[in-house]
Amino acid sequence: MTTTAEKTWLSGTPKLWVRHPAGSRQCPGCHHPIIERLIAEVVEEMGLAKDFIMVVGVGCYSRAIAVLDFDGIFTAHGRPPDVATAIKRTLRGKPIVMTLQGDGDCLAIGAEPLMNTVARAEKITILMINNLNYGTTGGQMAPTTLVGQVTSTTPQGRDPALTGFPVHAPESLAAYRGVAYTARGSVHTAANYQRAKKMLKAALQKQVDNIGLSFLELISACPPDWRLNPVESLKFIDEKVIPEYPLGEFKNLDKLV
Amino acid sequence: MAERILVQGNEAVGWGAVSAGVEAFFGYPITPQNEITEWFARELPKRGGVFVQSASETGSINMLYGGASTGRRVITSTSSPGWALMQEGMSCLANAELPCVIVMVQRAGPGQGTTRHAQMDYFSVTRGGGQGGYKNIVLAAASVQENADLVQLGFHLADKYRNPVVMLTDAVIGQMAEPLELRTLDLGPLSPKDWALGGKGAHADGKRRVLSCGQGQVPLEPYTTYLQFIRVLDQKYRTMQEQEVRYEKYHLEGARLVVVAYGYCARVSKEAVAQARKEGLKVGLLRPITVWPFPYQALKDLALGGAGFLAVEDSLGQMVDDVKLGVEGKGEVHLLGMLARHADTDAGMILPQRVLQEIKKVYPGGH
Repeated sequence: MTTTAEKTWLSGTPKLWVRHPAGSRQCPGCHHPIIERLIAEVVEEMGLAKDFIMVVGVGCYSRAIAVLDFDGIFTAHGRPPDVATAIKRTLRGKPIVMTLQGDGDCLAIGAEPLMNTVARAEKITILMINNLNYGTTGGQMAPTTLVGQVTSTTPQGRDPALTGFPVHAPESLAAYRGVAYTARGSVHTAANYQRAKKMLKAALQKQVDNIGLSFLELISACPPDWRLNPVESLKFIDEKVIPEYPLGEFKNLDKLV
Repeated sequence: MAERILVQGNEAVGWGAVSAGVEAFFGYPITPQNEITEWFARELPKRGGVFVQSASETGSINMLYGGASTGRRVITSTSSPGWALMQEGMSCLANAELPCVIVMVQRAGPGQGTTRHAQMDYFSVTRGGGQGGYKNIVLAAASVQENADLVQLGFHLADKYRNPVVMLTDAVIGQMAEPLELRTLDLGPLSPKDWALGGKGAHADGKRRVLSCGQGQVPLEPYTTYLQFIRVLDQKYRTMQEQEVRYEKYHLEGARLVVVAYGYCARVSKEAVAQARKEGLKVGLLRPITVWPFPYQALKDLALGGAGFLAVEDSLGQMVDDVKLGVEGKGEVHLLGMLARHADTDAGMILPQRVLQEIKKVYPGGH
């Protein structure tokens, strides 16, 4: 059995990923801590920490603000794009501003700020975690819930006749002229983790290079609300989630046209 | 002699904000405050500032939240329906302790109401329309000059307390034109904003800064528990109530009847009081400049001196409740509200003659 110290020695821990007295509140098998680590690694490797400001919405992932060692602000539900816009503009474009949002925060209650921030071509980065449901509040239907998926507000499974279809954010947002980059990644395997890191780097680079808005969706397991164990959740991502939400880049521009 | 220009009250907000060193404006169009948004769109960028037209008032207030988090002076403006949309954001600004100024040019309600003057949002503005029982200073201007001066005071108080400040006006104050003396008020020193975001590299100690409207969910520095944070808010709100009450006294010496009014109704009432004094009635005017905190003690002292009170406001009666809280049952309190308007259309106003008529009607001992 490996100890925590040995694990740290074996895998390394990003300097920007720190402990918080409140401790971890994540459920077994949750991918949010993996995404926290990914953000920490990317910001560290790109050397952005001194100029970085993270704007978090409301969800289980909100605690990232406590454990990531750079400037951050926790906002009202769905509002990070507006808050990020103002930070970026008020500081005359200097900081690198990234939102961290869930699929409900970003696409449901936050649809208005999302669409209008994209329409204004703000030079910020939006990182949306997609776990197919509202995890924090006990697993209700989200815009991203799969057809047929059982949630606490779709007890018979999501029926498109009643609740429509899953929303594909990076594909849709790619159509906007102010968007420089959109992609979808996953962190459920080591290889995908590395691909996702490259995507976040590419997304942030668009902002560093002052090109346009960048948007990255990362798929994230939510085992308790998916009614699966952590290992089954990984299989579910391969078999059910990725067929609905294909991974890859959907837009990558060096200049807005 | 400072330069004097003829401007609308709404435009004076812009001149005052620039004097206060405002760096960004975020706003959404709504009548009767459009002149403010348009002034900033025209004037702020050429002074090196930032103007962003939001997609709703919910957007404006959350942009204000982001702008204020950088420690720079930021402002938004709106009117009643937009104000309603801002309430969650107001509560978040109070929780995250972010200084900023919100200009609220009242129009008539309820619902979409009318686009013209009224004073029907007093409760919403002074009691905190958002969740969680926060408090914010509310400054009520009654002239074009005061619009410019109180914006400067508003920024100062916002910074002093790390709290949002509301400038409460109405369509009459906003759209009337008067001479404005362009002046920068010296309001004294303030502490540096060591808490503001800017990236770790922007901070002298090189340590991160975090701000949150969710203190209690994940306690963040400097607070370790939720109640510790609530105690800090409580102390702040008490200090505001003890130190920041402001009001104008007009002919209060020996007054047997005290008219209480703010905003455009204070202008109207002042004229009525002047006429009543000419006619030998001992009538005065107390005009709250801070409607939160309200000048309760001043009213209580006047009540103990034997005065009666007439609240004049263009609503069905909201501020009158604050008058009653101040008077504590120690004097009679009357209301002249919006049913006393001179016309049934949305152009109807409470006019000086009507206030004078009411003064004579409720004057202690009869007239």
